[in-house]
Amino acid sequence: MSDNAYEAITEAHDDARWAFGTGFEDPLAGVDTSLPDSVDGDDLAAYCLMLGDDALVMSHRLQQWCTSLPELEEEVAVANIALDLLGQARLLLTRGGTADGSGRGEDRLAFFREEHEYRNVRLAELVNGDFAELVARLVVFSTWRLALLSRLSESRDPVLSAVAAKGVKEVTYHRDYAARWTVRLGDGTDHSRGRMQAGLAVVWPYVDELFAAHEVELRLSAAGVAPDPSALRDEFDNVLAQVLSAATLSKPEAGQLPGVGGRAGRDGVHTEAMGYLLAEMQSVARAHPEATW
Amino acid sequence: MTATLPEQDLERHFEHVIERDQRIEPRDWMPDGYRKTLIRQVAQHAHSEIIGMQPEANWITRAPSLRRKAILLAKVQDEAGHGLYLYSAAETLGADRTDLTEKLIESRQKYSSIFNYPTLTFADVGVIGWLVDGAAICNQVPLCRSSYGPYARGMVRICKEESFHQRQGYELLMTMTRGTDAQRRMVQNATDRWWWPSLMMFGPPDDASPNTAQSMAWKVKRHTNDELRQRFVDMTAPQAEALGVTLPDPDLRWNAERGHFDFGEIDWAEFKRVVSGHGPCNAQRLAQRRRAHEDGAWVREAAAAHAAKHHSRDHWRSPT
Repeated sequence: MSDNAYEAITEAHDDARWAFGTGFEDPLAGVDTSLPDSVDGDDLAAYCLMLGDDALVMSHRLQQWCTSLPELEEEVAVANIALDLLGQARLLLTRGGTADGSGRGEDRLAFFREEHEYRNVRLAELVNGDFAELVARLVVFSTWRLALLSRLSESRDPVLSAVAAKGVKEVTYHRDYAARWTVRLGDGTDHSRGRMQAGLAVVWPYVDELFAAHEVELRLSAAGVAPDPSALRDEFDNVLAQVLSAATLSKPEAGQLPGVGGRAGRDGVHTEAMGYLLAEMQSVARAHPEATW
Repeated sequence: MTATLPEQDLERHFEHVIERDQRIEPRDWMPDGYRKTLIRQVAQHAHSEIIGMQPEANWITRAPSLRRKAILLAKVQDEAGHGLYLYSAAETLGADRTDLTEKLIESRQKYSSIFNYPTLTFADVGVIGWLVDGAAICNQVPLCRSSYGPYARGMVRICKEESFHQRQGYELLMTMTRGTDAQRRMVQNATDRWWWPSLMMFGPPDDASPNTAQSMAWKVKRHTNDELRQRFVDMTAPQAEALGVTLPDPDLRWNAERGHFDFGEIDWAEFKRVVSGHGPCNAQRLAQRRRAHEDGAWVREAAAAHAAKHHSRDHWRSPT
């Protein structure tokens, strides 16, 4: 082998090994982005932002865990999940920007929308707690999202269908990872059992919101583009019951967090944590609005 | 069976393997000094990967485009992976990962001093890729021929990934220097801060490097610090010119007679200060690593308790 630092590195374009979401400039390059018949572009765009924002905001909270996890294996795994969700967000935001005819790209949507324009569920934006809370949030989020994406892969919109089919493979792993840790912590030591149960109690008040249907979701459901969120509840309850049983944990008895005047994340009404999250995420992009990165 | 041979025959066999440029493998006999030197070298390298995640992770959540965010996150994840397989290589020499982690957080083992400098702007992400990963590649490519098999093989993969990181960093800087004036200033400012610490990554000058001679005889090190440093300067100076940034060294110029770039004197007093724990971020980096490790103790205990209860039996399977 050569000692020259560059000659020794022979493969100049071995981009295949990069994680999904890093190797492209235009997330939807080469994809037919025309709208299916009788689908409202604004509704489709709003829906793409809902699912895209869920992924982007959840990914942000996972990114914040980087270098703070209990083991190196967890550093690799959590970064991997954050990358998957970021990749999903990029595809969905880009689809949103084409569907409404605004031509806004993924970065325009991520960095230059105001808080009230973000459509994510409030579960995604919760401030990070301990590792048990991370696991609790992830098992709830990924169980719900897997139920959603597996139905969305049947969507009449070919772009959503393709994004969902890819996402199903990823989120299957996310759910498995989180479920295994739920069981390890629940059925580990007395101390870890207490903390896991407490972690579930923190995220549980945000569960009902996941299944509350927004009018956009109902219209798209009727048009065969998206599942009705309330139809995902049985699968969610069944899976969580299995996981909690294996983990020797009980389902929290927590009440549900109300919205403001009946409005919550899907309507752009968030928790106080959201402003800080966006301030962090958008700070550099907004300080240099004319810049290219 | 080598185990039955007298020690002097084992030693002769070991030296013969080294002379012929063959590899020492984990079950082979090796002198204690060789084992200790390698554990120290591999562990420091592993620690550097793990501590090195921190300055870059500092910018993941603020990366100004989603593509750059994904690239940076993937890079930091790669570093965790590098740390994992380097700790595994150290374990083939009889070291224990938990013990090595303790030594790191108790400051009994070192990591690369470069990570004791702060990342102050997003341009630092690009400059770290260009200069720090560039210097790391110069240091590490020769280690792909290390006489210790598991380390050499690990380094092949690590060097490939490092070369991606360097290209990605350089590409970010190319984009930024073609952008706004503020972006160009940011790149120059980051270059000014990282240039000299990058040159220090090759370690003390040859006449002050106590371990070099033995390590080169054992072929766990292939070039002297000064040789590698010169190679890095020769490689980097033209890249700086292509970028349109100025390297902060008035003495840097091409020397046609030597066929190399001449460069100015490194501030070895600063190097010694940072290595001995008094750089701008030493305390912060170690505190973060210690906090993550200590905060995670209950999680590792729970995993061990769960495994002990259930042996290898899988207690939960993904519902279909």
